[in-house]
Amino acid sequence: MTSQTELSATATKAPPVASRSPARRLVREFFSSRSATLGIFLLACLIVLALVGPLLVPQDPYDLMQLDLLDGQLPPGAQSAAGGYTYWAGTDDQGRDMLSAIIYGLRTSLAVGVGSALIAASLGTAIGIFAAYRGGRAEALIMRLIDLQLSFPTILVALMILAVLGRGVANVVLALVIVEWATYARVARGVAMVERRKEYIEAAECLAIPRRRILFNHLLPNCLPPLVVIATVQAGRAISLEATLSFLGLGVPITEPSLGLLIANGYQYLLSGQYWISFYPGLMLLVIIVAINLVGDQLRDIINVRRQK
Amino acid sequence: MTAWLVHRIMQSLLVVIAMTAIVFVAVNVIGDPVAILISPDANQAERDRIIVQFGLDQPLWRQYLSFVGGAVRGDFGNSFVYGMPALQVIFQRMPATLELALGTLVVSVAFGIPLGLYTGMQPNSFLSKLTLSASILGFSVPVFWLGLILIMFFSVYLGWFPAGGRGETVRVFGVGLSFLTLDGLRHLTLPVLTLAIFKISLVLRMVRAGVRDVVPQEYVKFARAKGLSKQRILFVHILKNIMIPVVTIVGLEFGSLIAFSVVTESIFAWPGMGKLIIDSINVLDRPMIVAYLMIIVFLFVAINLVVDILYTLLDPRARLTGP
Amino acid sequence: MTMLSTPGAGDAPLLDIRGLTVSFAADGGGEGIAVNDVSLELQRGRILGLVGESGSGKSVTGLSIMGLIEKPGRIAQGQILFNGIDLARLSDAQMKSYRGKRIAMIFQDPMMTLNPVLRIGTQMVEAVLAHDKVPLAEARARATEALGQVGIPHPEERLDSYPHEFSGGMRQRVSIAIALLHRPDLIIADEPTTALDVTIQAQILSEVQQLTERFGTALIWVTHDLSIVCGLADEIAVMYGGRIVEYGPVADVIRHPRHRYTNGLLHSVPSSNRRGARLFQIPGTAPSIFDMPEGCAFRPRCTAADEACRQVPHMVDEGCRQHSCFHPVAAEDMR
Repeated sequence: MTSQTELSATATKAPPVASRSPARRLVREFFSSRSATLGIFLLACLIVLALVGPLLVPQDPYDLMQLDLLDGQLPPGAQSAAGGYTYWAGTDDQGRDMLSAIIYGLRTSLAVGVGSALIAASLGTAIGIFAAYRGGRAEALIMRLIDLQLSFPTILVALMILAVLGRGVANVVLALVIVEWATYARVARGVAMVERRKEYIEAAECLAIPRRRILFNHLLPNCLPPLVVIATVQAGRAISLEATLSFLGLGVPITEPSLGLLIANGYQYLLSGQYWISFYPGLMLLVIIVAINLVGDQLRDIINVRRQK
Repeated sequence: MTAWLVHRIMQSLLVVIAMTAIVFVAVNVIGDPVAILISPDANQAERDRIIVQFGLDQPLWRQYLSFVGGAVRGDFGNSFVYGMPALQVIFQRMPATLELALGTLVVSVAFGIPLGLYTGMQPNSFLSKLTLSASILGFSVPVFWLGLILIMFFSVYLGWFPAGGRGETVRVFGVGLSFLTLDGLRHLTLPVLTLAIFKISLVLRMVRAGVRDVVPQEYVKFARAKGLSKQRILFVHILKNIMIPVVTIVGLEFGSLIAFSVVTESIFAWPGMGKLIIDSINVLDRPMIVAYLMIIVFLFVAINLVVDILYTLLDPRARLTGP
Repeated sequence: MTMLSTPGAGDAPLLDIRGLTVSFAADGGGEGIAVNDVSLELQRGRILGLVGESGSGKSVTGLSIMGLIEKPGRIAQGQILFNGIDLARLSDAQMKSYRGKRIAMIFQDPMMTLNPVLRIGTQMVEAVLAHDKVPLAEARARATEALGQVGIPHPEERLDSYPHEFSGGMRQRVSIAIALLHRPDLIIADEPTTALDVTIQAQILSEVQQLTERFGTALIWVTHDLSIVCGLADEIAVMYGGRIVEYGPVADVIRHPRHRYTNGLLHSVPSSNRRGARLFQIPGTAPSIFDMPEGCAFRPRCTAADEACRQVPHMVDEGCRQHSCFHPVAAEDMR
């Protein structure tokens, strides 16, 4: 019989390299899909555009001094009469450079959509986790509220709220948050309910860790993955909803137009062949939402696979 | 089962009642209808008369009670704009909206399910990947912009379809239906296409996700081990399991179809309920807004109920416990 | 490539697996071998216990016989001769006529094996109709009879039940009934009692034994639990790392194991320890198929391993027994 020392001497090749840190693993899994990589790339470009765009464009489309009515309704590629730059996306009826308008509109659309999604996510998650942890009547009440909220079409609820409050960026954000929070709350509560029963929470409670710490440091991180997936989908929907509301004339005001409002402005010119006023803003909107969905899809695939393991 | 059904119906009624209160309060906060109804140079006597006529001088709770009383009888008051009972106006416009919604539903299911099954079962074929990429686009594109693009392309540029309006109708049981005429179909095509592209993408993705979920399950392997044919495995074993989430989502999406008709009807000048509500909001035609919201509430609650019932019918595991 | 055969059987074996190798493509490229050069024989009406831990390749072997290996797995080499026909070379359509009729399979988790949204009757009748074009009434009658044979009371009514209305043990009986519908020559049972209570396990075991004796069905019982196999099987094959490491009549192998792994397994059974002594464990864990050790797969965990074990041990024949180990357990080495 060989001794223990001989055994260690004949040890096989070392066990596989301990898997790299979770963050790097996630990044690697994420970028294994070409469409997801494209999505992230697009999103990055859009964010950069939104942040520095105004510095790059030749014109501030909302500074009336810079507009030249004579340049109105020019098709894409036309030259401006005075300024010496090209209207790459044409101009609208007021002589606004569509490209500049689109970049400004992009900022508003992104800010409102993502902002409302973040607020709704925080609010909804907090409420959902609270409900799951509390249980009992509080939970039942909150769940009824969520059911009520979710049984109704988002657009109608938003329409009603905006009809009451009137137009304005803050109002739109408020309406979107009210419409969106329930989705997060429902998912958060469901996930929290499952996680709550798991042993690591019981263990933490046995160690008399204060409740708030348990909620934040233990429960929340484990609930995050599905919520992140939902958040990306919801962000896309929020942006689309804001655009729709603005298109209908109930969203952001004319002074701070979003892409939806730009499209609305161009609607009347569509039938006479001046498509670019509506087309390009819409194209930008499409790109944003597609990028978000590509990213969200891949995240969801990764998280689903992980949960099954 | 019946106990659960009764319980569910009670629940639905409660929701409807709760919504009447919410709707009533919300609408009464919007603007001042008096200003709309009365021309600026009417004198005080005129004002008072109109105020009394529309019951606007009563305390809020009285107004609410008379509102509920009327609602139960189907009387939401006369539209400020049309001068007719609000409900009647809505019912006149409902067939157009329902036509749009049902048409879209049929198209989405007819295309979405087969495409979803195909992409789920043959994920690596070129056609699958193409369809999947297209579905991401279809899923992301804002409906109103898509409508504009379709008009631009098919109507202005190609001239194949009309840019708006509803076609000729044929009266069936007193209701005008336009899909029975060729002209009606021509008018129906673009709006339905606009709405359906999103829905098809949704159904497709759901069915595909369902197939991906179900195929690795043990019972599929077991069915193969029994020597069953591929067709039977697909259409009986797999499909029935997928149907459950699909039916649920399709049912709920039907409700949102009716809600989103607001947008499509605006773009295509389709004379349905959606266009009505937008116009009504803009002119603050209160009875109309209230009537519309109540109809929508009722419709949604009914749809939710039907979906729940369908769910228990489809999934035998749900019957024991009930939702 | 040696063949394992049972004593006293002059005629050709029912099942003759020769050099079966099944590989799985890895996510990042490369391949792992789940079943490595496995050969075994089974005579009609005999029971073989296929024992090993998770990842040893035992389930994959069973699935290969049924032709149920799917991408990213594939049968890389070897023959699966069933009554002389090589199943590995058959098309899926041809294989279909065997599945359920000549060879049947029972899986581990009966809740997931039966489709939860279809009635038991539907699932049994379709199994009948897949191979015999008989009228519906006759199919139902056969299904009822089969349910009765596995000991399910009121079989006629239970045909209309759904799987979730049965207990775990009953569901597994239904699976067994389905397997027996066409009186197959061979049944492959992949850990059928693992998901069940110990008491139910015993019942199912004894019923399966009776039924297979009655109908003369050969049985391959795949399991990780040696104790089950002891009472049931005629022969036992132990698998590790995708290879068969030991084979022989059950009594012989249990009493005088040759391979170190078999020895370890036997000693891991709690009842073989003296009270109060530490429970024995084979140190380490089973290797992943994508990361097999060089030479003998058991080498990293074996107390008797040395340099020689860096080569794959060949099969050593000992009469009706075989093992592949350079340092087999000699009789006096047994602890």
